[in-house]
Amino acid sequence: MLRELWNDAEGGFHPASAPDFLPTEALREVQLRRLRAVVAHAYEKVPLYRTRMDERGLTPAAIQGLADIARLPFTVKADLRDTYPFGLFASPMSDVVRLHASSGTTGKPIVVAYTREDVEVWSEVMARTLAACGLHRGDILQNAFGYGLFTGGLGAHYGAETLGATVVPISGGNSDRQIMLIRDFGVSAICCTPSYFTHLVERAGELGVDLRALPLRIGIFGAEPWTDAMRDHIEAAAGIRVFDIYGLSEIIGPGVASECGEQNGLHIFEDHFYPEIIDPETGEVLPDGAEGELVLTTLSKRAMPMLRYRTRDITALIAEPCPCGRTLRRMRRIGRRSDDMFIIRGVNVFPSQVEAALLAVEGTLPHYQIILSRQQGLDQMAVEVEVTPEVFSDKVGALEGVRARLAKSIEHILGIRVELRLVEPRSIARSEGKAKRVIDRRNG
Amino acid sequence: MLAQPHQTHRQQDPLIWDREAETRPREALEALQLERLRDLVARVAQVPFYRDHFARQAIGPHSIRSLADLRRLPFTTKDDLRAQHPLGFLAVPRGQVARIHGSSGTTGRPTFVAYTKGDLALWSNLCARFLVAGGLRPEHTAQVAFGYGLFTGGFGLHYGIERVGAAVIPVSAGNTRRQIEIMRDLGSDALICTPSYALTIADGARELGLDPRALPIRYGFFGGEPWTEDMRREIEDQLDIVATNNYGLSEVIGPGVSGECPARAGMHIQEDHFLVECLDPETLEPVPDGEPGELVITTLTREAMPMVRYRTRDIARLDRAPCACGRRTLRMSRVTGRTDDMLIIRGVNVFPSQIEEALLRVEGTTPHYLIEVARPGTLDEVHVKVEIRPELFSDRMDRMQALCERISREIQTVAGIRAHVDLVEPQHIERFVGKAKRVHDRRNLTD
Amino acid sequence: MKLQQLSVFLENRPGRLGAPLEAIAAAGINILTLSLADTAQFGILRLIVREWDKAKAILEQAGWIVNLTEVVAVEVPDRPGGLAGVLDVIEGAELNIEYVYAFSLRRDDKAVLIFRFEHPDQAIQVLLGQGLHVIDGDELMGYVG
Repeated sequence: MLRELWNDAEGGFHPASAPDFLPTEALREVQLRRLRAVVAHAYEKVPLYRTRMDERGLTPAAIQGLADIARLPFTVKADLRDTYPFGLFASPMSDVVRLHASSGTTGKPIVVAYTREDVEVWSEVMARTLAACGLHRGDILQNAFGYGLFTGGLGAHYGAETLGATVVPISGGNSDRQIMLIRDFGVSAICCTPSYFTHLVERAGELGVDLRALPLRIGIFGAEPWTDAMRDHIEAAAGIRVFDIYGLSEIIGPGVASECGEQNGLHIFEDHFYPEIIDPETGEVLPDGAEGELVLTTLSKRAMPMLRYRTRDITALIAEPCPCGRTLRRMRRIGRRSDDMFIIRGVNVFPSQVEAALLAVEGTLPHYQIILSRQQGLDQMAVEVEVTPEVFSDKVGALEGVRARLAKSIEHILGIRVELRLVEPRSIARSEGKAKRVIDRRNG
Repeated sequence: MLAQPHQTHRQQDPLIWDREAETRPREALEALQLERLRDLVARVAQVPFYRDHFARQAIGPHSIRSLADLRRLPFTTKDDLRAQHPLGFLAVPRGQVARIHGSSGTTGRPTFVAYTKGDLALWSNLCARFLVAGGLRPEHTAQVAFGYGLFTGGFGLHYGIERVGAAVIPVSAGNTRRQIEIMRDLGSDALICTPSYALTIADGARELGLDPRALPIRYGFFGGEPWTEDMRREIEDQLDIVATNNYGLSEVIGPGVSGECPARAGMHIQEDHFLVECLDPETLEPVPDGEPGELVITTLTREAMPMVRYRTRDIARLDRAPCACGRRTLRMSRVTGRTDDMLIIRGVNVFPSQIEEALLRVEGTTPHYLIEVARPGTLDEVHVKVEIRPELFSDRMDRMQALCERISREIQTVAGIRAHVDLVEPQHIERFVGKAKRVHDRRNLTD
Repeated sequence: MKLQQLSVFLENRPGRLGAPLEAIAAAGINILTLSLADTAQFGILRLIVREWDKAKAILEQAGWIVNLTEVVAVEVPDRPGGLAGVLDVIEGAELNIEYVYAFSLRRDDKAVLIFRFEHPDQAIQVLLGQGLHVIDGDELMGYVG
């Protein structure tokens, strides 16, 4: 009802956003009720959770209050890999309506599943994300997140549909067309990675299109780390306000947390995702305000509940009330990780994946180095591999074949194009012991 | 305004998604069509293009007394759509548009189509109809290997699968090895892609040392490019699946205009939503049933952007004989050709003029070019032969290679396909008096 | 001191290399040396000939695309290390080489390196300054006789 009566012309909030403003006490009640249900569901349906809880002498009845969550064991990314593909599913396949996948840490993918209700929750939290960033019903959203197994594209797409915005599902790439659409349709908001938008700003300049003169007013950026300096630059260059959003496919995809108009921390949609901050070394839970690793528990996921999932993202929770009125706690922007993962064009990459790819082709691991750079605003990833006498050939064609096979192997595992360069033996600098595997020349 | 079919009966009839709509007796169907056509004429009066034409010819809903009066209505062409860039054909207020898709145009500028929430629901239902007819069931898992994006293929099928209640794996296009691993590991029952890509997947499986017939897929839903009965046999044999054909175009709605039933004797046209004529492209008079002609489609129920007599340029044949499956609708043959020079490359529509435009963006290239299309294995390959000119020639190999890459990039930007650029010596491309022959298509795409 | 080099665009298919060479030979023009750089699809034929202007006109008239490039010829002793000595000088001065090819002269146990530098004039200064023998067109023609 509320949805029908709601006037979205100016200012107000979208009815989907109502849970953002729950009184704290009511929010904690919802959280506890859902936590107990999800723990019971996970314990009953997922052998891994049951075994780990049994080992600690825990049953779902152990969850009497929210603080009891700290008694539950952690779940880590390797658990998804080890139980691939269906081991963490808590719903029968007949209830599953969607599967997404992302590359794991070693080349073996991880799979995530959604029931119809899960897709509805995902759409809801993404609608709340877009609303928090200032999008209204009737606005035109150009969705330049990649569509496919990556959760970014379809997550934002369903959220915008739920919100009642017009979706232009352009997906990634083809910058000239992106700019033409922004201009010709009077697009109000765009979803993409911050680095891709920086590239669009540059390209628009080359094409003589002044983004500041267009109706575009909101940028919704995620899937890679960025800084306030980048925000200032983009806001000035494009004449828009830009917002950081956060999510990961293991939890649901985008829609875990979002900035609001204050642009000062990301509100976690706590009614669906319960956040903790832990010391990444000891696993001890830290108080609000302390910096540590973000751990998330899904409170309403059916197909694939996650209990205390260690995100490896380092942040801190902000419990102080936000001037926007949302009662949801905020998290600081992600600055770094507790592992060696890096993000390139929105894709998560572990050096171990590159190693797996090189090993698959060569049989032994050659000396290699990953070089990240940013050209015209776009992240580039190059992998330099030392030529070994075994693969060397005076035929340009044969060497080119080796190069292409290595590049394809990496591309297959990561799903992104990389530049593969063959370099001379011993040309990659070795430090004491292990060579430095990743050289990051991107700034900001 | 327009009732969407409700799926209350699908549990009783696993083979027909919407029995009432799909098996409606001819008389009732035509009565419904007439009612919807009148309504359409009233609705498109919102669109300046049609309003002006109707005013000149004094046409209104009252002019439509029988379905034969369809012929009093004007044609709509791709050029008309382009002239109204971006959304001049919109028949509802802008705020009601839920989605925008695009299709390639004869120049770099694509044409766009808009959908209301109702249109999207209709589209999902139409795709559900052919998916169920081809074997998809709610308990299945379906892998979508069509590209998502402005192109309508991926989304139409995605929502159709969701509507049926099956699980969607939205892999999108490309990365064949990954497609095969996902298919194998997640047990995909159905594959959605272009027919040529299905053969690529079979090849890829063999390269990985897998038996393509042992892959879990059992149903294939193929469209987006022309194919033949020989190719169907090949695909079914190599992958051990049942392969069905479906048809649609984004200007009208996307996939879902028609699709095959288990009889696989032509594609059932969803006649309660589309009026399809088959005309001689020269005289614009109807051809007798069974004769090839250009399909001209009128959307009866589309809300955001209804099309009156849209000239598809696709050549096919119509068959009015009853089908063994029980559906009463008109069937169309495979698309056997085009009345224009459009090519379909790996499911992407490409016009030679787009290649020309891409070349023009690279200073110093000549207007002399030749597009060679071949299918050496299972996938289309395009070579664009371009004459080199003195301004562009360098004694340095890296510069020459950069030139090829730059032309290739422009083609990718304008036409959306990857092409090999072959530089040739001056005067090596044949000159024509009159209309130049720009395309050399070596694929065998018709029966 | 710079030499004029002709570059010809060729499609990479059988018979394409012979045709321009025959056209030059038919006009009685002597080819001192040539090099071919090729990809699967096309090639660049580089020629040093006695009468480059005449050869260029002949090739162009016959429909080829011909470029004129200034290259630098350096004489080195035709023995082990001969090339290395020159390269040391070039690398030491951080001169950028686009490409290089070589031919040897039977008469004098001499080899000639043909360099395409990014900045040929600067390169000549450096090479001469290091006492290397940079040869001009007339001298080169004289060698070949």
